Amino acid sequence: MIPLSWYLIFAAALFSIGLYGVLARKNIIAILMSIELMLTAININFIAFWRYSLPGQMAGQVFAVIVFAVSASEVAVGLALVISLFRRVKLIAADEINLLKW
Amino acid sequence: MADLINVIESWLFNLIVSWGASQGLAQFILQVLGSLLVVVLCFVIVIALIWVERKLAGRIQDRFGPNRAGPYGIFQSFADIIKIFTKEYVTPTGADKGLFNIAPVLAMASVLAIWAVFPFAINVIGADISVGVLYIVAIGSFGILAILMAGWSSNNRFALLGASRSVAMLISYEIPMVISLLIPVLLAKSMKLSAIIDAQRPWWFLIVTPLAALFFLISSMAEIGKAPFDLLEAESELVAGYHTEYSGMKFGMFYVAEFLHQYTVGALVTIFFLGGWTGPMAATWPILGVIYFFTKTFIVYLAISWIRLSLPRIRIDEMLDLNWKFLIPVSFLNLIMVAVADRVLMELDPARWIYVGVMFVLSMALLLMSLIVAGMTKPAVERVEFPSRAVAVSPQSDRSKS
Amino acid sequence: MSLGLFIFLLMVVVTIVAAVAVVTSRNLVNAAMWLMVALFGAAIAFVLLQATYIAVIQVLVYIGAIAVLIVYTIMLTRDPDEKHVPGVNKQWPIAAVLSLVLFLGLAYFYYTLPQTNVLAPTLDGDLNAISQLGALLVSPNAYVLPFELASILLLAALIGSIVVAWRK
Repeated sequence: MIPLSWYLIFAAALFSIGLYGVLARKNIIAILMSIELMLTAININFIAFWRYSLPGQMAGQVFAVIVFAVSASEVAVGLALVISLFRRVKLIAADEINLLKW
Repeated sequence: MADLINVIESWLFNLIVSWGASQGLAQFILQVLGSLLVVVLCFVIVIALIWVERKLAGRIQDRFGPNRAGPYGIFQSFADIIKIFTKEYVTPTGADKGLFNIAPVLAMASVLAIWAVFPFAINVIGADISVGVLYIVAIGSFGILAILMAGWSSNNRFALLGASRSVAMLISYEIPMVISLLIPVLLAKSMKLSAIIDAQRPWWFLIVTPLAALFFLISSMAEIGKAPFDLLEAESELVAGYHTEYSGMKFGMFYVAEFLHQYTVGALVTIFFLGGWTGPMAATWPILGVIYFFTKTFIVYLAISWIRLSLPRIRIDEMLDLNWKFLIPVSFLNLIMVAVADRVLMELDPARWIYVGVMFVLSMALLLMSLIVAGMTKPAVERVEFPSRAVAVSPQSDRSKS
Repeated sequence: MSLGLFIFLLMVVVTIVAAVAVVTSRNLVNAAMWLMVALFGAAIAFVLLQATYIAVIQVLVYIGAIAVLIVYTIMLTRDPDEKHVPGVNKQWPIAAVLSLVLFLGLAYFYYTLPQTNVLAPTLDGDLNAISQLGALLVSPNAYVLPFELASILLLAALIGSIVVAWRK
């Protein structure tokens, strides 16, 4: 059967790829997508620890549900900001938006 | 002998094992065969449905409908199939080829995968998973994705417009649909489809919560994307919407997926509100259950067809208003009301018919009240009068003016 | 090789390839489609871990709502000149090295730690996970506070996104 460490390494790989995306991508939407990857990696960790340590208690699944809520609201607000920004300055590259006031 | 389907299954199982396969392999082969059977059944149903639909549309619109190929035109669908298979595939320039080709497959798959969890009879069920209701909603959301992919990858403005309309519509109508689905889940206290059907043994949920059934029907009709909610392919505005650029069998897959989706909605209404396979003698004769299931589904299908053939297309703002200002608030109220009423009645523990009666009356009262409130708060329609202007003016009238 | 192991390896390969495609593909819509593949792979991981409810919610929330919203926003904010601009910024080599170091460190850590090299305990067949989860989420001596906070967060996000995206 599959040991716990395989799931954890898989989640770590997903998280690292997401981290690269957040640090290296220019477009804000691409950064948001990378954050989604990282959150999913975290959820895989939660569920893997739940399954391998205490499957009788549902703590891991409860955390995963909360992470879903957080990521849904993060995307909603993030995309609203992107749309608002695009309307004002026609730019969605993260490193070109360098003024606090337009 | 009564349990015909399981008798056949165990006979096949023993046959495959006697050929030298292991138990697990035999089980796997049977599962594959079962899935294939369901898929083939779906396609056969669609072939029949297309003919029924066209005949019905013809009668409602005072035409004959197909009447050339075979008696009453019953071979019309086969002629269409041959035509559609021999057509050329056209991929537009600048199209995103991968997405363009995956989209119709995804559209088909999203509908077919829903059938995996349907209980056809008392113990004839593909996968009785514990999250059946959520599975149906989740798989249904792939349909939105397919439309979006088709619209985007076609490299066509009309297709893209149709796709963006569909996203606005399908995502917002998913909310009342899911909330209405929560009510059977609440009453059956399970998300298993078999448990939901068991819970409506004596009284269908249509009688217990008619309002949820109505809202589910309305929002599912929007999910199908056919009239009166066919804004995503409004042919008078958008050519054909998201599948403008598709031809041949790729278009055929969208077409079949649409018909099958309508039939699937019929099946969903049957399972959640019309008692699924239940009926006289169905518990002892599973084959009767299958017949009841498909008959009820077909009746709901005809009702949906009737509605959509009778109503004109609504405007996009009307469509969004109906959803956000009527369906969503009232379905939330309905959910709260059903939860509270169910809890209170459980404490009082009256006879079953009193319970059902109270629930029915409450549901109807909520519908009436919400209709009255919606009627009172209806915004005054802003009428913008444009001065009438002749498009072409004859030289004579022009001269007389000057 | 058992069927479970085969599905696991297939899922890992598909998900990692899709995730790499998300962060490297120039075309944003393609990146969003790859994101859906990666998130679907994660849903399969949840199924393998016997968390069916989480798997279905993953598909419903991420693919049904979030990914569709992302594609929609990409269409709304399309920049016609985008294809000529590089998709990554100047610091991408540092980012790549950092991510690689993080991954290698974590992988080494997990691989050598004895606590993580355990096998899953067998579940008793009749694990009624969903009703247990639901009861825990609303029970006062369990997780009702985070649950209510999450709902307040969702409400705030709903109102906030409407206010932010309002056309003035």
